[in-house]
Amino acid sequence: MTPKERMAIAPQAMPEQDPSVRARNMNEVALGYTAEMAMTEAKRCLQCPTKPCMKGCPVAINIPGFLAKASEGDFEGALKIIRETSLLPAVCGRVCPQEKQCQKFCTMGKALGDIDKAVAIGRIERFCADLARGQTAGDISASAVRATSTGKRVAVIGTGPASITCAADCARAGHDVTMFEALHKAGGVLVYGIPEFRLPKAIVQSEIDSLKALGVKIELNFVVGRTRKIKDFLEKDGFDAVFIGTGAGLPKFMNIEGENLVGVFGANEYLTRANLMKAYDENSNDTPCWRGKRVAVLGGGNVAMDASRMALRLGAEKVYLIYRRSEAEMPARKEEVHHAKEEGVEFLTLQNAKRILGNDNGSVTGLECLKYELGEPDASGRRSPVAIKGSEFVLAVDTVVVAVGNASNPLIPSTTEGLETDDRGHIIVNPETNMTSIQGVFAGGDIVLGAATVILAMGEGRRAAQGINRYLAG
Amino acid sequence: MNKILEKKQLSETVFGMTIEAPLIANERKAGQFIILMVDEDAGERIPLTIADADKERGTISLIFQAVGATTIKLSKMNVGDSLPAVLGPLGKPTDIRGENGEKPGHVVCVGGGIGVAPLHSIAQTLKAAGNRVTIIIGARSKNLFILEEEMRKIADDDLILVTDDGSSGRKGLVTEPLKEFCESGNVDEVIAIGPPVMMKFCSLTTKPFNIKTVVSLNTIMIDGTGMCGGCRISVGGETKFVCVDGPEFDGHLVDWDLMIRRSGAYKAQETTAREHACNLFRGMK
Repeated sequence: MTPKERMAIAPQAMPEQDPSVRARNMNEVALGYTAEMAMTEAKRCLQCPTKPCMKGCPVAINIPGFLAKASEGDFEGALKIIRETSLLPAVCGRVCPQEKQCQKFCTMGKALGDIDKAVAIGRIERFCADLARGQTAGDISASAVRATSTGKRVAVIGTGPASITCAADCARAGHDVTMFEALHKAGGVLVYGIPEFRLPKAIVQSEIDSLKALGVKIELNFVVGRTRKIKDFLEKDGFDAVFIGTGAGLPKFMNIEGENLVGVFGANEYLTRANLMKAYDENSNDTPCWRGKRVAVLGGGNVAMDASRMALRLGAEKVYLIYRRSEAEMPARKEEVHHAKEEGVEFLTLQNAKRILGNDNGSVTGLECLKYELGEPDASGRRSPVAIKGSEFVLAVDTVVVAVGNASNPLIPSTTEGLETDDRGHIIVNPETNMTSIQGVFAGGDIVLGAATVILAMGEGRRAAQGINRYLAG
Repeated sequence: MNKILEKKQLSETVFGMTIEAPLIANERKAGQFIILMVDEDAGERIPLTIADADKERGTISLIFQAVGATTIKLSKMNVGDSLPAVLGPLGKPTDIRGENGEKPGHVVCVGGGIGVAPLHSIAQTLKAAGNRVTIIIGARSKNLFILEEEMRKIADDDLILVTDDGSSGRKGLVTEPLKEFCESGNVDEVIAIGPPVMMKFCSLTTKPFNIKTVVSLNTIMIDGTGMCGGCRISVGGETKFVCVDGPEFDGHLVDWDLMIRRSGAYKAQETTAREHACNLFRGMK
């Protein structure tokens, strides 16, 4: 095919549940490509010799390579290429912010002058992974070739994306790996944070099952630092190396008046109740569910999108998403923003919460907001919002969900002597090996990076596993 | 798995259980708590204070009142059954007077209802650290007292019982003898554990005397590791998480009304869930 012919192929839209229907159910929103759609979309790839898309991928997947296979209908071959560098394509195809990574650099998108017309790399990746999952177990097991046992033992703390990747890579190198999870289900943010309608729990479970099939042991209900200390792992329990992948689980709040009223939630709590504890299904679950009628969500990231869309699914009649910058600065995936709008979330950008109003019973009755305008670019390069004096107004709401990010959870650093952190509480690591200030103790993911993405955490877990494998070999 | 090794009924609705949990027993200090589930698929996560622990046997003991869906289901479990999830020990241990450089002194421990359970191990540790320990325990009525004998062993003659109806000990409220002790001028510290209203009024009682008053809070929690923020309260104008910053706080600084309201956030749903749990066990012994 000539480039001209490829450019003439229409971008394949993702089949989705109808917005008015899906806003009231928990099922996955995006239904996935058919084989024909995946092939057609893959044919749009211009196979640029410079492979610009690859430099946007945090784990440098050979994108033109797998797209070439997919365009021929060789999805197995495509997946094999993806798996050379990525461990969880079914997850990443769904949750990666592709428009800021691979698709941002896609020549097709540039040539057509619209990033939304870039080759839908993530959707094809997802199709390949889903097709294989229908036939075999999860991504991990399919790519698992286990080396002979080394007799070395590795403790992996946390079961989120960084830990899953690290555990898989260490197990494949022949080490005896045990993962430790504080909650009663494994998967970390993939199970407590990201909702079913965006990432079905069955996908996460199949990856966890694959880890177990690789010989990885998982200890649930075990909070390292309290149940047992890292020092004990190394000195008493016979572990040769430890990986800390505990994530960024410490919710930030706005520190505004009224934030502790009844009806104000951190997004972590709001989503954990609905996702992990399945509180939305009251007839068969004991965890109580808060069903707000008029909900304000504060923030502009993926978590804010998840919370606002969850609010609709919990029966809200009106959901406002309040973000102090403009939509162009929103850190959320473009597709999530688009989905939230389609489902009826009302976006109030360049506005911010000033205080939360309550009644005599201490319950939320409203949110006082201020309007903003964009000023000079700040340190992050984004134009910083400036409050407009006297622009206060009140929204009548009964629920406020604060989704303004997470700081690093201090539990491990505060219970592990000699573990160095920076002034924001992130664990300091050697950038090549991911080893911390303690010999044999490695760290990666959000606890090192600050709140980031699944794919970045995965990349960190992979680098740390290489560090561990080298450390244990040497 | 955390097997139930012993179970006893302490009053009409209060139960004690000894549970196999060697790692928790090994690390646990007075004042810490656990989070448990009775059903890992459909259950909720609730915090319970560890009443006692035995490192040798590898067990912890819990004392709980069957008041909500989970505690009712727990009360129906028996010796030999296992709890699918027990997480801990969580929270900061009690700061025991006399153990951290300060001189031992006279500590008045006030317990109400189920709060007597966590208070027991704290009182024991305080005594061991060389403090004079006075114990005031209150209940609505005589048959609702728990751990009376155990407390008497610690406090000897310094045990004061108070009931609402006068069926045992003094008739009235725990704040009355507490105030008398404060007036006597020889109290160095007060520890109050019980229903939030009791802790609030104990704190108000000691405030004019400027006597350090420690309270232990039992708020709604999910993960118990600082991740969800559901347990947050206001202490001295600052937001604190009970699960990681507590469970013990300076009673004079806690915003009690806010804490009590937040604890009642799910009252309606809790009633439905409790009725559901009760119906489930209707007719069972």
